[in-house]
Amino acid sequence: MSSRLAEPIAVAEQGAGEMLMEVRNVSLSFGGVKAITDISFDIRKGEIRAIIGPNGAGKTSMLNVINGFYTPQKGEIVFRGNTRRAMKPHHAVRQGIARTFQNVALFKGMSTLDNIMAGRSVLMKRNLFWQMVWHGPALAEEIEHREKVEEIIDFLEIQHIRRTPVGKLPYGLQKRVELGRALAMEPSLLLLDEPMAGMNLEEKEDMSRYIIDVNRQRGTTIALIEHDMGVVMDLSDRVVVLDYGKKIADGVPDAVKSNQAVIDAYLGVAH
Amino acid sequence: MVTTSTARAAGSDLDTFPKYLLLNAARFGDKPAMRHKDFGIWQSWTWAQQLDEIRKFALGLKALGLKSGDNIAIIGANRPRLYWTFTAAQSLGAVPVPVYGDAVADEMAYVLDHAAVRFAVVQDQEQVDKILGTMARIPSLGAIIYDEPRGLTNYRHELLHSFESVQARGEAQLAADSGSGKAWEDGIREASGDDTSVMLYTSGTTGRSKGVMISARGAVNAARDTATFDRLTEADSVLAYLPLAWVGDHYLNYAQGYVSGFCMNCPESSETVAQDLREIAPTFYFAPPRVFESLLTSVTIRMEDAGRLKRWIYKRWIGVAGRHGEAILEGRPVPLLARLDYALGKFLIYQPLRDVLGLSNIRVAYTAGEAIGQDLFSFFRSLGINLKQLYGQTEAFLYVTCQNDSAVRADTVGPAAPNVDIRITDAGEVQFRSPGQFSGYFKQDETTAETVTEDGFVKTGDAGFFDASGQLKIIDRAKDVGKLKSGALFAPKYIENTLKFFPNIKEAVAYGDGHDFVGVFLNIDLQAVGNWAERNNIAYASYQELAGHRQVYEIIAGHVDETNRRLSREPVMAGAQIRRFLILHKELDADDSELTRTQKVRRTFVAERYRPLVEALYDGSAEKFVDTEVTYEDGRKGRISATVKIAEARTYEPASGGQQGLAA
Repeated sequence: MSSRLAEPIAVAEQGAGEMLMEVRNVSLSFGGVKAITDISFDIRKGEIRAIIGPNGAGKTSMLNVINGFYTPQKGEIVFRGNTRRAMKPHHAVRQGIARTFQNVALFKGMSTLDNIMAGRSVLMKRNLFWQMVWHGPALAEEIEHREKVEEIIDFLEIQHIRRTPVGKLPYGLQKRVELGRALAMEPSLLLLDEPMAGMNLEEKEDMSRYIIDVNRQRGTTIALIEHDMGVVMDLSDRVVVLDYGKKIADGVPDAVKSNQAVIDAYLGVAH
Repeated sequence: MVTTSTARAAGSDLDTFPKYLLLNAARFGDKPAMRHKDFGIWQSWTWAQQLDEIRKFALGLKALGLKSGDNIAIIGANRPRLYWTFTAAQSLGAVPVPVYGDAVADEMAYVLDHAAVRFAVVQDQEQVDKILGTMARIPSLGAIIYDEPRGLTNYRHELLHSFESVQARGEAQLAADSGSGKAWEDGIREASGDDTSVMLYTSGTTGRSKGVMISARGAVNAARDTATFDRLTEADSVLAYLPLAWVGDHYLNYAQGYVSGFCMNCPESSETVAQDLREIAPTFYFAPPRVFESLLTSVTIRMEDAGRLKRWIYKRWIGVAGRHGEAILEGRPVPLLARLDYALGKFLIYQPLRDVLGLSNIRVAYTAGEAIGQDLFSFFRSLGINLKQLYGQTEAFLYVTCQNDSAVRADTVGPAAPNVDIRITDAGEVQFRSPGQFSGYFKQDETTAETVTEDGFVKTGDAGFFDASGQLKIIDRAKDVGKLKSGALFAPKYIENTLKFFPNIKEAVAYGDGHDFVGVFLNIDLQAVGNWAERNNIAYASYQELAGHRQVYEIIAGHVDETNRRLSREPVMAGAQIRRFLILHKELDADDSELTRTQKVRRTFVAERYRPLVEALYDGSAEKFVDTEVTYEDGRKGRISATVKIAEARTYEPASGGQQGLAA
């Protein structure tokens, strides 16, 4: 019943401020193009951390470094006490980092349910043999995972599209399914790449609500990239601002808003 | 008609629903009483388990201070815990007052205050927020109990309790004092059938909603009569998806469920009803005509997208069903070959279609609330679905008339229901006296006196007559039936219903009383017309744009033309044909008070709101600019404006084979 929802959820440790991830002096370049130059910042447990900046500032590159898709030439990343530089995305997943993409990247022909179940695959422990005979332990495991997935479906209020192929869904719902798939991994750090891109006002309000709920009710730490300033300032606890691959500001939304370097970066300066 | 009063004496000690709860837990202890789809699985409770749940909750409510005679509001969607609240309250002598969950905070506060509720049991944060926001207006309120904790974890309000915590109180009580459970059951057995069982607020078609009080004995007797009439037993099942606060849901699902012991199934959410219906495949089903309409619309649209072979099969055997289906359903003689053809169609189309619609196990289905189109009604009956009509009112605790399986027609609502007396006044108004008849409006004795005659009949406010076969025919609201300047009878609802039969027309509002001719406002059906637009490569950004499209006007003009042709065939109605019409620039919406919460058009309100458009219908202008305020669901306001075109329609010579069209 609905009360079951309450139990598995750890309430976010508000203000605990324990370090979850630290990015130290990271630089990344493609040939001669410097995407990121000597950037350092940290993400604390239980917070919503925003990464903002004008187009081409290096935000998505930064996210790709964090989840191991790119290997930075310099610097290191400390995640839950482990220091590393090179890492593959599937290692990142195993360590508890999940993400959504700027352009929806779901399995279009599969149902909502199967898409979210796919997010659990990394947590499934039975070997290929058992998965294939789909009996005994594998079946028991499948049921266990399905329960978790149903909790997420309930959480995101997408019961009515459980069996619908995601390719047929409107964009806003697809984004929600993608969030669901990322949540299915039970990440300790959730990376959201422009979760509101292309949404109308109502869809944005819904998505904001879900992001806050994920953070507050499920206790998930979130790092997000977003262009809608209103959303960023309302949602996030702390904001880091990038411009031309460099960090120009870092702090609480109000401080960032009034920072002259940020204003210049967004509005341009007279030279 | 008091013939069955002796038969009733045998069961006369069963005069409240809690008494039936104890009986059902004893006789159907291990049979399902309630199911609810949650986390993708149908969770179920037997009658014995349901008794346990209700006992715990009732004792918890008592510990919180609920007393006999208190009113307790129930607000939200169809969920087991809210249904249990009805019985828990009744078991303590308190009166449940269900309130429409989608009512805006202001409407809700009015009802809660008018009913002076002590407690409110609500579904979720949405309802909690609405009540907390208007607390100052509801001084009597002493506790708010919520079912779903989601979003409420950080709420710290002294009046707020979770459903579990109240049940835990009850459990603690049972553990501490083993006699408290028995005392509770004794209380149920000693309760009187004269107590008020439930208070149902009317949907407010006319002004503020009124609290209709129904006595326990009346409610039980009425439910028992109709359950016997339709032979409902514990083997039946229903999908409880109608609004909790509506008399129909409370009667058809709750009351009939308790007296016959059948299982109520609560859908996962309001958006999954169609899927849940298919999974449950209930045996008893009620839906207003608009639901059947939208089912048929979606079937028609999907068939248009199907391949040629499938389309041919569909067309071929739906034709067969149209010719012989109803006769077979009613057991009338049908040639053998036609029977074989129908059997083949059943295999190819009817059964698969019924399965998809979730109607495969239907034994009895009812529709009511609005008139239903003959073709629509016949379509479902020809598939072998025993769809019937009933006519009822909150004041009657639903049934006034209902059709017998062997005499079902689309244009009538049947003879009087069991133990109901009906008479027609000289003015044409229908009046009734029934077992479930209400005991009065709460705190409105004057209105009660206006509604009930001195000899105990209730005025329905509907105009109607009995036809030759003894079935009641409702024309319209008595006060809405008017006359054109020419003296011709103008029955707006009749015209509107004829128009609404067309899948492209979602809503119609007819004007004409005291005017020279009839003019109508129309809403197009966005699904049907949108589909047509897609197939014809017509781009549109909004309802407003599509509604104003030239080709859409042409299509709708065709429908109006056909409507006039049909009106011309009926001598009484032929005088009031549609001369001019327009397609409204926005959909009529309950949030703007244009529809009631049960989706009925409030004609006078709409006329007031769009006065310039009504004037334009009659002053001959070809278009008119309007600017309207709209309210969004969260209470914010906005404006919407448009230039609406007004079109002319053809009218026809009355009846006697007059197929010749005359330009207006």
